[in-house]
Amino acid sequence: MPATLYEKIVDAHLIDQVGEDILLYIDRHLIHEVTTPQAFAGLAEKNRKVRRPDLTFGTMDHSISTKSLALDACGPQNELQLNTLATNCAQHGIKLYPVGHKNQGIVHVIGPQLGLIHPGMTVVCGDSHTATHGAFGALAFGIGTSQVEHVLASQTLKQSRAKSMKVEVKGDLPLGLTAKDIILAIIGKIGHAGATGHVIEYCGEAISQLSMEQRMTICNMSIEAGAKAGLIAPDQKTIDYIKGKEFAPKNEYWEQAVAYWNTLFSDDDAQFDTVVTLHAKDIEPQVTWGTNPGQVVGINQTVPEPNDYADNVVRDSANKALKYMDLKPGQALSDVAISHVFIGSCTNSRIEDLRAAAKIAELGKVAEGVTAIVVPGSVAVKKQAEQEALDQIFIQAGFEWRLPGCSMCLGMNDDVLQPGDRCASTSNRNFEGRQGRGARTHLVSPEMAAAAAIHGKFADVRQLAKS
Amino acid sequence: MTGINTISGTAAPLDQANIDTDQIIPKQFLTGVTRSGYGINLFHDWRYLPGPEKKPDPDFPLNDAKFKGASILLTRENFGCGSSREHAPWALADYGFRAIIATSFADIFYGNSINNQLLPICLNNAQIDQLIAKVNANANSDIYIDLPTQQVTCEELSFNFDIAPHHKNNLLKGLDAIGQTLELDNKISAYENNRPQWL
Repeated sequence: MPATLYEKIVDAHLIDQVGEDILLYIDRHLIHEVTTPQAFAGLAEKNRKVRRPDLTFGTMDHSISTKSLALDACGPQNELQLNTLATNCAQHGIKLYPVGHKNQGIVHVIGPQLGLIHPGMTVVCGDSHTATHGAFGALAFGIGTSQVEHVLASQTLKQSRAKSMKVEVKGDLPLGLTAKDIILAIIGKIGHAGATGHVIEYCGEAISQLSMEQRMTICNMSIEAGAKAGLIAPDQKTIDYIKGKEFAPKNEYWEQAVAYWNTLFSDDDAQFDTVVTLHAKDIEPQVTWGTNPGQVVGINQTVPEPNDYADNVVRDSANKALKYMDLKPGQALSDVAISHVFIGSCTNSRIEDLRAAAKIAELGKVAEGVTAIVVPGSVAVKKQAEQEALDQIFIQAGFEWRLPGCSMCLGMNDDVLQPGDRCASTSNRNFEGRQGRGARTHLVSPEMAAAAAIHGKFADVRQLAKS
Repeated sequence: MTGINTISGTAAPLDQANIDTDQIIPKQFLTGVTRSGYGINLFHDWRYLPGPEKKPDPDFPLNDAKFKGASILLTRENFGCGSSREHAPWALADYGFRAIIATSFADIFYGNSINNQLLPICLNNAQIDQLIAKVNANANSDIYIDLPTQQVTCEELSFNFDIAPHHKNNLLKGLDAIGQTLELDNKISAYENNRPQWL
């Protein structure tokens, strides 16, 4: 029977079927400070142990300062949460990469970087952007704290079978088009809830041409279309990326692993519940105008007119978003002035993102009145960038160069915007108040964020790069 | 946990689509290490005027005296989208909600709600229109939810809803999901013994 990649991974992890529930074995469990304290407390209440501490890896990322290595730099509550993680990991024998460790960083940046993620794995984390790891052909998804507790206790998770969606991006990748633009265009097309109940498999020439880091950007935002997970079948790039990393299979196991990974693809005649097709040549650099990631247009388009939407719910959402964002229908995005730029987050804080942004940053200076920060995704990314002197390019252009963490993507630390601030952000969510109460977020690629920093307004990075 | 059989009470409308978890419980309230105490900050940025005083915004429906003590929330599509934070159902339950009736839910939120004995019910937009009209006209029009028969009733209105049998069973019995799984220890161990060595 022909099978999708998703079905193959599920079948390889099936322990039991309880009614409509399937019980899946979990190969990798990533944990951080925000969504785990209550799970460990739950284990303690029932006197339960962590079944496989060796398959569980922790880091500190959400609640930490990007200006100081001190755990109390963002207040006693954050400090308590961070110390609770450290205590729990120590007590249960879980490897933790705390602030200051060479492997510390955003959980979805360090996992791949350490070679912890392999094709065909099941990967979970109490964070919705866990889908990032689908870039390796792993079934990776975000879970709640009760499920974190379930995985800690049993190394398994109960799930319902998901529907499948194939998203094919046809044609060669045009010059100047980024993975961020592709995924925003996909979400714009299918909508903020367009993939609810589905696992997406991304394919097509444009996807194949992306680097592993760019594929991570694509899969990372699957949740922003409502998808349970996003997958890209492994290929030679995937294998080359993993080879030699700290937790990559070694010696005789390497060949065995690669042989297995090469079986991980959707069969030619596999059936998908939904198929969506885009053409890379039609996609422009994207900028969100609203308060969910599906409210997005190309840089050369204008802010939409809500009355053009036939659906009441969509129209109401658009009206409310425009009011919050203080934008008018028909307005050109290139006329919209910004006050802040954030380059970072699990979506766009890897070395290739920083290289791309630095290439634009070196063309000018951060515009007057604009505050721009660059937050590398991990200690290793930061170190690599500094070896390449990217930090100097940013600093000389007027950007702040910070310590790694989730930072202004969600502002659980002190990287928070004020009411009325308008930010060009490489993060993944433009929800009301996400970066600070009353603050306005526009999601863009690292290149577009750097261009906005220099212009003080949104600009088509393809024009800037030419001039 | 004790399980849910029926829920009845005041229903409050929040007539808006795509209410995300950042609205349900903003990030500055995620620094707790326990499961309780989140209700006071439920819908914080909508519920309170700017400033540290937590002055209720009179325009926010939940602050309307007639919806005080509501145990059922009426809302629209894609409720609970965004982050995986279980603080969202914790905050809703801590505030006093026992059921959320929406056109659709985001997947992770739906699962988190089931795990916290917060009943998520999907009805269609036309049905929710009628319920919202009803409670707006008279907040004393209590909604009655019967989980065993999968019915929502409000005066003369009565709608059936779908729920997966395993979710229904867990909600009815208040089962400990982890305890159930740990009974399968033999199967888990057998699986583990056959995993490839490189994992």
